[in-house]
Amino acid sequence: MTDHPWQNDLEPLKGIVSARAMKGETMLLNMGPQHPSTHGVLRLLLELDGEEIVTCNPEIGYLHTGIEKSMESKTYVKAITMTDRMDYLNPPANNLVFVMAIEKLCGLEVPPRAQVIRVILLELMRIASHLVWLGTFGLDLGAMSMFLYTFREREHILHIYEMVSGQRMMGTYFRPGGLWRDVPDGFVPAVRDFLDYFPQKLRDYERLLARNPIWMERTKGIAPITGKQAMAWGLTGPSLRGSGVNFDVRKAMPYSGYEQYDFDIPLGPDPGDVYDRYWCRFQEMWQSLRIVEQALYKLPGGPVTADDRKYTPPPRSEIGVSMEALIHHFKYWTEGIRPPVGEVFTVIEAARGLMSCYLSSDGSPHVHRVHFRQPTFMHISALPHMAPGFMLADIIAILGGIDIVLGDVDR
Amino acid sequence: MGVSRKLGGLGAVTTTLEQAVNWARTGAMWPMLFGLACCAIEMMGAQAAHYDMSRFGMELMRASPRQSDLMIVAGRVTRKMSPVLRQLYDQMPSPKWVVAMGDCASCGGIFNNYAIVQGVDEIVPVDVYVAGCPPRPEQLIHGIMTLHEKVKGEKIKDWA
Repeated sequence: MTDHPWQNDLEPLKGIVSARAMKGETMLLNMGPQHPSTHGVLRLLLELDGEEIVTCNPEIGYLHTGIEKSMESKTYVKAITMTDRMDYLNPPANNLVFVMAIEKLCGLEVPPRAQVIRVILLELMRIASHLVWLGTFGLDLGAMSMFLYTFREREHILHIYEMVSGQRMMGTYFRPGGLWRDVPDGFVPAVRDFLDYFPQKLRDYERLLARNPIWMERTKGIAPITGKQAMAWGLTGPSLRGSGVNFDVRKAMPYSGYEQYDFDIPLGPDPGDVYDRYWCRFQEMWQSLRIVEQALYKLPGGPVTADDRKYTPPPRSEIGVSMEALIHHFKYWTEGIRPPVGEVFTVIEAARGLMSCYLSSDGSPHVHRVHFRQPTFMHISALPHMAPGFMLADIIAILGGIDIVLGDVDR
Repeated sequence: MGVSRKLGGLGAVTTTLEQAVNWARTGAMWPMLFGLACCAIEMMGAQAAHYDMSRFGMELMRASPRQSDLMIVAGRVTRKMSPVLRQLYDQMPSPKWVVAMGDCASCGGIFNNYAIVQGVDEIVPVDVYVAGCPPRPEQLIHGIMTLHEKVKGEKIKDWA
């Protein structure tokens, strides 16, 4: 017996675990923080009666990075770099929600070309994020080969993202007023290649999983939640739509020109179980492909950054010939931009659900206060309600079903 | 070498025990599945089909520290996570090595604040640092090859 406080002293757990655990009738089991199926560093305090879960208490904070506080010491443009590292499976969405807040504060108009490129990259990274989810979810439930297949396809998307931003994952490509720079020549053919290549692979995955008896045994009937419960617990994204609630920010409050695209919202039955949440996420990849296809078709020409020298850097060609442009360039990169005093709130649909940003400015070049509402933080808080009554092995499926990313939870 | 020349046709090789052991260690180094943050995704990428780290005898990621030789600290280590990291390191049987993957694990990276340990070498001894935020899978593989070079030069009495 070690002298670990979790094992010997049950007093602090009063009210967290049931009274039976205090008497030693049920078993307390720590899952994590180092466990391959917790998708990072989540610790679950499970109370087990045999193999049945009695209570489930998630403990978070093992990846608390202090991103919001660190952003306060940075200028607005430099702070975007930090947002990449929050939900590290879907960095452009993090960039977008923060950049949109700055744009709203400064009243910047994003040119149509930048908007369309943003949508293409957002939807591609949504697919990449869902691919990682599908691979790890499959790995956790015993469908080992899914991991190898999905990561193979993910490389294609990362290649496109690297082509435009210079980095595979943390591109910081979205800037206030548009994009860092225009996309290179090879971008459109690369995306088109991916659009030709990917549907066949997606059909393969569907054949591998959707009617696989082992897969259905592990996911069907596990942790059903009604639409009403899902809303009460604050679930968003595919976890909410898996229970039949039709809410998608891209449809409800369109941003970045999403109202121009024709796409459907996959919905599960009410109540929906882990399989329905899996199905919704999976179908979202098809819809994302549809959006990318339309966006690529309508990709307009023109500039990719707003023409406001107080908030966007001047183009390289102007710096050599215009003194004013040189001054603006210098001010932009040393002092930073100075948005007007005020508070704004923006909301987008990230890969895992509704993501929002509250940004407060005091007129200085530094971020005064910023807060992000991240979807999986809410999803984890629903775990204590979802897990009890199911088997220990099901907790893996439940975790995979809500698609947690600990960087998203802790920040 | 003189013996092997004399035994030329018999397919025998002579070497020192030290070299043979080190060669075996580099050929089957089992990393511990220890993903923390963003770098863990690139570590998974290095394991997957495109980069295929198993070419270097490293396809077995063990979730248990008892079965692993190499700890790849992939991601930012928070103050709350650091005792866990140290405990896992202590549970690994010798000989053991540590690769600090990414800027956060190497030096704190862009997060110079209250929450993040400024380099995992504050907690455990690090053999190889891999730069990048996150490093590409090729960089991680290069880091591991560098570690292999280091292992090949080790003396048996260092671990005894």
